[in-house]
Amino acid sequence: MESAPKGLNEDIIRFISAKKSEPEWLLEWRLKAYRQWKTMKEPKWPNVSYPEINYQDVIYYAAPKQKAKPKNLEDVDPELLKTFEKLGISLTEQKRLTGVAVDAVLDSVSVATTFKEKLAELGIIFCSFSEAVQEHPELVKKYLGSVVPMNDNYFAALNSAVFSDGSFCYIPKGVRCPMELSTYFRINAANTGQFERTLIVADEGSYVSYLEGCTAPQRDENQLHAAVVEIYAMKNAHVKYSTVQNWFPGDKEGKGGIYNFVTKRALCFGDHSKVSWTQVETGSAITWKYPSCVLKGDYSSGEFYSVAVTNNYQQADTGTKMIHIGKHTKSRIVSKGISAGHSQNSYRGQVHIMKRAEHARNFSQCDSLLMGDKCGAHTFPYIDVENNSGKVEHEATTSKIGEDQIFYCLQRGIDEESAVALIVNGYAKEVLNQLPMEFAVEAQKLLALTLEGSVG
Amino acid sequence: MLTIKNLHAKIEDNEILKGLNLEVNAGEVHAIMGPNGSGKSTLASVLAGREEFEVTEGEITYQGKNLLELEPEERAREGVFLAFQYPVEIPGVSTINFMKTAVNQVRESRGQEPLDAVSFLSMMKEKMKLVEIDQSLLNRSLNEGFSGGEKKRNEIFQMAMLEPKLAILDETDSGLDIDALRIVANGVNKLRTKNNAIIVVTHYQRLLEYIVPDFVHVLYKGKIVKSGTKELALELEAKGYDWIKDQVAVV
Repeated sequence: MESAPKGLNEDIIRFISAKKSEPEWLLEWRLKAYRQWKTMKEPKWPNVSYPEINYQDVIYYAAPKQKAKPKNLEDVDPELLKTFEKLGISLTEQKRLTGVAVDAVLDSVSVATTFKEKLAELGIIFCSFSEAVQEHPELVKKYLGSVVPMNDNYFAALNSAVFSDGSFCYIPKGVRCPMELSTYFRINAANTGQFERTLIVADEGSYVSYLEGCTAPQRDENQLHAAVVEIYAMKNAHVKYSTVQNWFPGDKEGKGGIYNFVTKRALCFGDHSKVSWTQVETGSAITWKYPSCVLKGDYSSGEFYSVAVTNNYQQADTGTKMIHIGKHTKSRIVSKGISAGHSQNSYRGQVHIMKRAEHARNFSQCDSLLMGDKCGAHTFPYIDVENNSGKVEHEATTSKIGEDQIFYCLQRGIDEESAVALIVNGYAKEVLNQLPMEFAVEAQKLLALTLEGSVG
Repeated sequence: MLTIKNLHAKIEDNEILKGLNLEVNAGEVHAIMGPNGSGKSTLASVLAGREEFEVTEGEITYQGKNLLELEPEERAREGVFLAFQYPVEIPGVSTINFMKTAVNQVRESRGQEPLDAVSFLSMMKEKMKLVEIDQSLLNRSLNEGFSGGEKKRNEIFQMAMLEPKLAILDETDSGLDIDALRIVANGVNKLRTKNNAIIVVTHYQRLLEYIVPDFVHVLYKGKIVKSGTKELALELEAKGYDWIKDQVAVV
């Protein structure tokens, strides 16, 4: 049997665990999560609306499909290729993304192999989650659920029960990872999107920059996505996590599209540890996502840089949580929302300065840019300060792309599409600057593409 | 180069231009003067193709083409440049980036290769000298937080970069102190050639001491009511606009 029958019960979970030849403790962990999930309710507070999800109507396990692979790019949907072209994605990459067999020299497998050898020399572990369960059970067991407890929230509990696969990464003490770690290089990364689970452990004094996602449009037959990302940063460790999310957003009338319910959290456990989240969110019909930092170590710091674009009938409720526990902890939030079409874009952010967090500091900036007059932008900041020595600053602006700005560009010979791209990228610059170079260039093009034709 | 015949234009229901005629040849500098509300800025906007203005009658021929049929960006690519009275701010976009996009799109429309970074930079350095503008200003977000003088100087820098055939300077002197005015005017004078034409729209004669026009026209109630040479500007400065208004009233 290649896939489980529809629906969710303990047998299905046993089936998933058995398929993956998981140790007993992991099965127990999944079952515990499932039992907790059954007692929980789906959150209704986000500023989004969608039809009721029937969780018994979902297939929770499907072995990676061996689809008939297209022989060459001519067999691939020309619309998709056009998008690749506009994004400037290389031919090799186009082939890889569409599943066209690539010849031996350019094969991403060989790239991945050299890549892996280099990392192994430094003691860095970077593999699929399933592989980690088999090869490094002690690490997985120790850190799984240490940042996002299995019963943290409804979707995290669901993920904990049924997660399919994902990535595992461990950076040893004092090691600075010499390259950006990207799921691009993991051959088996495909088809693990639905209930993905990522665990990153950065040991004392280590550094890693991790890239998730890709700018190419991602289609998936599964509408429901519930991923979990956990980052554990020890003393003096620094983790940079960048995401470009471009899941299928639904069509122009708002039909279809991915529901993306993600729990991402970092624990800055050690003193002077630092975690930065950077996200460019352009896809999905529904986005529910709050990459957060728990600042436990003294002098630890968290950053959140976000660009969230919604167009047509997309809905996004996204932001961050910065929980200051340690002394002299610092956080910085820069959120740039862009709404176009009939979309609704909400920023929801919490800054919590706890009692013993002496001299904690936060700076938040939440900007919204509106295109047209049928979309909405909302800001929901929650600020709790329990220590008088804390300093919290919050700035928010809302602006509209002006016809004056567009006309100014036109008058210099710049066409309207490029004008919008220029203005939007200028607006989002502070966030895009945080992305690794090649990623930033692609993200810029992606923003322009997402908003194509939305002025007028 | 530019022939305007019986031009009528309105914004919403207000007719602003009411039968304007003007002929501009290559190598000439024309000054359009007139009291507030006479239609000077409307003329500049109509030439650049601003949508809010509707042309109801008349024609504009530019280099043998019907200008009114061209989109604003096509006009720009054909060499029409407007120095804005109120240059627009674009946060996060540097002048350099803005100009790189503009120059390369104009080049592309002419079937030329885009300029590589090195050629663009050397072109920029050369033009910066003309308008005595500092690179630090060009690295900043376009017009954001610029002083009045910096904005206008930046407009002339853009003019230098785009090398227009027909440049329209809309009240470029407004908000400038005398030093800034001189720098801006010097820049414009250096860009004067026998192949291009400049239309200077201004309220005051002051700018024309530095940019000496070949012709001066007085715009009043949407029409050109008097044309002459640079002496006309001096006469206007001495007598004010009432004298023209009286003359029109008598006729």
